[in-house]
Amino acid sequence: MELLSGADMITRFLADEGVEYIYGYPGGAALHIYDAIHRQDKVNHILVRHEQAATHMADGYARATGKPGVVLVTSGPGATNAVTGIATAFMDSIPMVVLCGQVASHLIGEDAFQETDIIGVTRPIVKHSFSIEDPSEIPMILRKAFYIATTGRPGPVVVDIPKDMTAPTEKYEYVFPKKVKMRSYTPVGRGHTGQIKKAVDLILKAKRPILYGGGGLVLGGASELFTQLAKKLNFPVTTSLMGIGAYPQTDRQSVGWLGMHGSFEANQAMHHSDLVVCIGARFDDRATNNVSKFCPTARIVHVDIDPSSIGKTIRVDVPIVGTATSVLEEMLALLDESKTQLKADALVDWWKQIDAWSASRAGRIYEPAEPGETMKPQQVVEAVWKATQGKAYVVTDVGQHQMFAAQYYKFDKPNHWITSGGLGTMGFGFPAAMGIKLNKPDEEVVLITGEGSFQMMMQELSTCSQFGIPVKIINLNNQSLGMVRQWQDLNYQARHAQSYMQSLPDFKMLVESYGHVAMKVEKAEDLDAAIEKTFAMKDKLVFLDVYVDPHEHVYPMQVPQGSMNDMLLSKTERT
Amino acid sequence: MRHIISILMENEAGALSRVVGLFSQRNFNIETLNVAPTDDPTLSRLTVTTTGDERVIEQITKQLNKLIDVVKLVDLTEGQHIERELMLVKVKAVGAQRAEVKRTTEIFRGQIIDVTPSIYTVQLAGHASKLDAFIQALGGSTLLEVARTGVSGVARGEKVLSL
Repeated sequence: MELLSGADMITRFLADEGVEYIYGYPGGAALHIYDAIHRQDKVNHILVRHEQAATHMADGYARATGKPGVVLVTSGPGATNAVTGIATAFMDSIPMVVLCGQVASHLIGEDAFQETDIIGVTRPIVKHSFSIEDPSEIPMILRKAFYIATTGRPGPVVVDIPKDMTAPTEKYEYVFPKKVKMRSYTPVGRGHTGQIKKAVDLILKAKRPILYGGGGLVLGGASELFTQLAKKLNFPVTTSLMGIGAYPQTDRQSVGWLGMHGSFEANQAMHHSDLVVCIGARFDDRATNNVSKFCPTARIVHVDIDPSSIGKTIRVDVPIVGTATSVLEEMLALLDESKTQLKADALVDWWKQIDAWSASRAGRIYEPAEPGETMKPQQVVEAVWKATQGKAYVVTDVGQHQMFAAQYYKFDKPNHWITSGGLGTMGFGFPAAMGIKLNKPDEEVVLITGEGSFQMMMQELSTCSQFGIPVKIINLNNQSLGMVRQWQDLNYQARHAQSYMQSLPDFKMLVESYGHVAMKVEKAEDLDAAIEKTFAMKDKLVFLDVYVDPHEHVYPMQVPQGSMNDMLLSKTERT
Repeated sequence: MRHIISILMENEAGALSRVVGLFSQRNFNIETLNVAPTDDPTLSRLTVTTTGDERVIEQITKQLNKLIDVVKLVDLTEGQHIERELMLVKVKAVGAQRAEVKRTTEIFRGQIIDVTPSIYTVQLAGHASKLDAFIQALGGSTLLEVARTGVSGVARGEKVLSL
């Protein structure tokens, strides 16, 4: 039997759980835990410069590896600073455990120094939360927290830890709980076979089908099975923004991702399809446009691990609740056994139509800058794609640069496209990229950002100096909040209310002052060389400040309240 | 349409706020709500009446089921069920009204459970619509205070909500 203090139980548990890094920031209510961290060497603590960054670092790590990210913050402002990161993880179903210090139990409710009811504050943005009421509960509650965060539809779990629960003088028996069972929580398993059969019947009869994969394929490790299914059926494949990489985008069957700024051919194919087989996406408003005009001629098969995602926004013909892997396995098996088989030429007309849509837009809808002109943001992303052979982990912030990155970097593997899709959190990208690079030092990790988003988390340049985290940063600097400006151009007669970023710093000087490398590129002819130099410096954080055309818009863009294929294609064309 | 949803949930701190929070967070309606521990002290039973079309009610039950503290739930209005609500009414009882209130209470099979020279406190249990009718019937009297528990219910026959 081993006797440990509450604080030592926490660090010991994390080590036993296999946690290598935690991200956090100390403060009064968490100091016993920080002392315990100092006295061991299995769990490494990364000191950020703002708690929000800790949550995004943990989040980025979780998105790239599938393992839960772990955060440690103190009570009050420490915990409230983490809120945006918790909400970000919640909206994208990212497994995360957030340990929050809290004032001592006898002070709770008295408006004590740095007291916040963080359980209350975070209630709508967590999968679950726990409050420690007795130190002996720590191992089991932490075990449950990890179990809940990582199983079923993943999500963040907050654990509130009053300071007296971690007092060094009081010791309790520590055993790592091998099993965890909760009568009120059973993660979803296999889908209903009868429903899967119905889906397969529709698949075999479809004339204009489309496979639609979501972030659930990435989270559930189902990309390979999804690809197998697509190959077997020869169906066109689209994904949601979160599903990018679940199917190789350079493959012939990929029509790109769909939605507000999705590809012309994906949105056209969805609109004209007679069968949508959706796996692991939730039909959110940025994907469907006006739900009453969504895919008017299609039957819809919806596979999801979360029953509440099914039928939430759109009517579904065949709902299937189950894990993506189990349902895909069963679909593949049923297709193998089925007496009726797909005819080889069944989809010839459909593919002809899709190929015509693809050809009409030629995949690229911008004019690259000539030498001497201001660069287009799209061409910078294309250059990054080429320089990294499409193999990098690409992390973004939120705005025009995010859409350009999604459109012009082609992802062939899951878990490599890292973006805040649901919450749309500016400031997410830099720390998320750091979390990935720290855990995957041999992989190329690129942050594609804009000067607006980057300034929301740029204090983390300091963390990168301290821990040597050599991410590559491509700053698409258009000296304005590009997406806001685009909406103002389109909907507010170009009145640019507060979307112009005045008083920008000299990013080169700023980044260099932290001991990193920075370069500024203003002319198109200098781009390739600068990018090459950037990626050649393996061990350095390199910040490439690329001046791009502030007047550029992201297209295609779905017309608000329209159908999937109501799109603006440029400043002057519309479908 | 009106639905009565009964929930068995962990009798733990924060469980109630998660359920109530869910309703406001997702813009669902709560018309009445009551909650108390069951014969098993680790479980609470919460009953909520709400309104919404089929799609809304489906979302409510799915979202409730997703809450980790919720063990089991049933939409009682989906089948035959019994529902009851308890009401305590303090009503002015002077002059001719004193006899009138007593008569009305008897007609509704209520009980007068507290008396002062000028006030009756009436206890009435039944379907929520009966309680509404009683209040209407007392129209001529001065109501001083009304306390209702909100609806509680069980399914008819052998169907039970338990672990």
